[in-house]
Amino acid sequence: MSDLSSVNSSGASGTSEVSGRSPASGAAPRVELRSLDTLWFQVSGTVCNLACTHCFVSSSPTNHTHEALSLAEIEPYLEEGAALGVKEYYFTGGEPFLNPEMEQILERTLELGPATVLTNGLLLNPERARNLGAMALGSRYSLDFRVSLDGYSALTNDPIRGEGTFKRILDGISNLVAAGLNPVITVTEVYDDHGSAQGKERFFRLLRELGVEKPRLKVLPVFRIGAEAERSGAYESWQRLRESDSPGSWDHLQCSSCRMVTDQGVWVCPILVNEPEGKMGETLADTLNAYSLNHSACWTCHVYGVSCKT
Amino acid sequence: MANRIPEDPLAKNVRAAHHKTEKLTAHRGMATWGEKLVPLGRFHEATARAGRALGSAEREREAQDFIARRPDQTPVEGPYSRVAVFSGIYSNHFALEALLEASHGDGVQAVYCLGDFGGFGPSPDKVRPLLEQGGVLAIQGNYEESLATGYEDCNCGYTDPRDNHFAEISYRYTASNTSADFKRWMGSLPQRRRVQIGNREFLLVHGSPRRINEFLFASTSPDPFFEVLLDQAGTDGLLFSHTGLHWHRRLPSGRDVANVGVIGRPANDGRTVVWYSLIEATGNEISISYKPLEYDHLGLIAEMRVEGLPEEFIETIATGWWTTCLEILPARERASSRY
Repeated sequence: MSDLSSVNSSGASGTSEVSGRSPASGAAPRVELRSLDTLWFQVSGTVCNLACTHCFVSSSPTNHTHEALSLAEIEPYLEEGAALGVKEYYFTGGEPFLNPEMEQILERTLELGPATVLTNGLLLNPERARNLGAMALGSRYSLDFRVSLDGYSALTNDPIRGEGTFKRILDGISNLVAAGLNPVITVTEVYDDHGSAQGKERFFRLLRELGVEKPRLKVLPVFRIGAEAERSGAYESWQRLRESDSPGSWDHLQCSSCRMVTDQGVWVCPILVNEPEGKMGETLADTLNAYSLNHSACWTCHVYGVSCKT
Repeated sequence: MANRIPEDPLAKNVRAAHHKTEKLTAHRGMATWGEKLVPLGRFHEATARAGRALGSAEREREAQDFIARRPDQTPVEGPYSRVAVFSGIYSNHFALEALLEASHGDGVQAVYCLGDFGGFGPSPDKVRPLLEQGGVLAIQGNYEESLATGYEDCNCGYTDPRDNHFAEISYRYTASNTSADFKRWMGSLPQRRRVQIGNREFLLVHGSPRRINEFLFASTSPDPFFEVLLDQAGTDGLLFSHTGLHWHRRLPSGRDVANVGVIGRPANDGRTVVWYSLIEATGNEISISYKPLEYDHLGLIAEMRVEGLPEEFIETIATGWWTTCLEILPARERASSRY
């Protein structure tokens, strides 16, 4: 197989087979919040030290659409979440480790439940990795990491994540592994073969070569919003959900059990933070009501069975 | 702004890493709104107006409604002072036979099974007569629900293709080797029981009170979560299974939650024994202990070979280390696993 895999520029849509469909009509289905299992934090806002071409929140060093959350700002949501029975906490951005309080935030969170950080791995130097390894070992609950990687080599990863990033990501992974951690490698399907059995095996092989004995992998489809819309084209008008797409229940969608906190309030899910209509309220109690699946990205979650959690 | 991450130093640090310098500066003063760039102020004005902002009394009421008790009509069995509880037979009739003998020796008043009679092992129909002879009080697991209703898969709840691959092999074998009569009987079982042990009432479920296939691992199931779950279920304690890894915790409220263990395959601990739990009441005190169970695992392996079951399943029985269902394990449980 050539290392330059074919680029999946039609996103996750399979548009060609169904183009010509009429735009979705009728009221959008509504999803009840069954339980608040997963509480997300946009912990570094949309600020990132990379500007990946497929980023559905268009994070970059200059994107201050959402700002970072301080520990003091997070605390009331942690307390409210615990009282509502939250099962697990997730931290994303942007790049979470740009937040100067990230380690203190994790320490506090781990008193209440398990935590997972979605990172690009670039700021995981040996010292930070050792701190995190010690934190994971000393905690009652699981501390887990997801590191994003978008190719088996610099040739495929770097055009997406930025020049020189392949090596730096692998260094970050190695530092975590040396600290006794075993991150989940998160791969998006920017190339057609990433999600195939063969593609996955190539990632596993790469990780084993790095000394990861039990490689863990999560493959996500692309969402055609933010930078990704620029890269591969936006959604088409028919790509919206209707009640008849899943009669009776929408409980398979992550928005039936999650909410996302940013510096501007509480959003329905981690995907729609750049949509003001994705915002549901100021406190978690404001957001326990049902949400209308108005957005085309909701279509991807339904069709591809996406959950942002591990 | 207190939380603002400074942009310019970072942009400088990473500039060399990017093919498009303009990408790094495109957002200066701008926000992404869907597919457009708009002035930051416009985005912030829109988000300030979006969503609900309830008053404090309304917030309190919505939160209380959200975690309120969801009553059910499950009758309460017992009272008992000593019961054995296990789950996950996975067609391991050798271990089930050993369990019935051991629990008899423990002097228990009742034996409960929390579902998943089939999977992994050989000859699923050999389980039913043993359950009946032993007077085992059972509930449905996801396997029984799937087999009784003719689902195409076990509804195990895995998300990784490698986990699902072996789950499919296991379910296909079990579904085609389980008699229609046994499947009907599975369908007649309840999905929850309430049992009084001492002066405490325990809820018995397969996965969780809300989902038959929910995974409740020790490292990812926090105390505050359980307190809400038990309040909603209106119970003094929760006994569950589904993950195959046994553990027990006393919550800050004094209530017990316990994953009761499975007897169908080892607990991913490098030992060939399997585990069941003993729940005892002495006065107001409850104790939950786990007992290792030895059984003829070589007999099981021989029968698995005859049935042509995958070597991966056999290896687990022989070594005590899981070779499948590994991707669903949280980081900590995976770390203590061989594979």
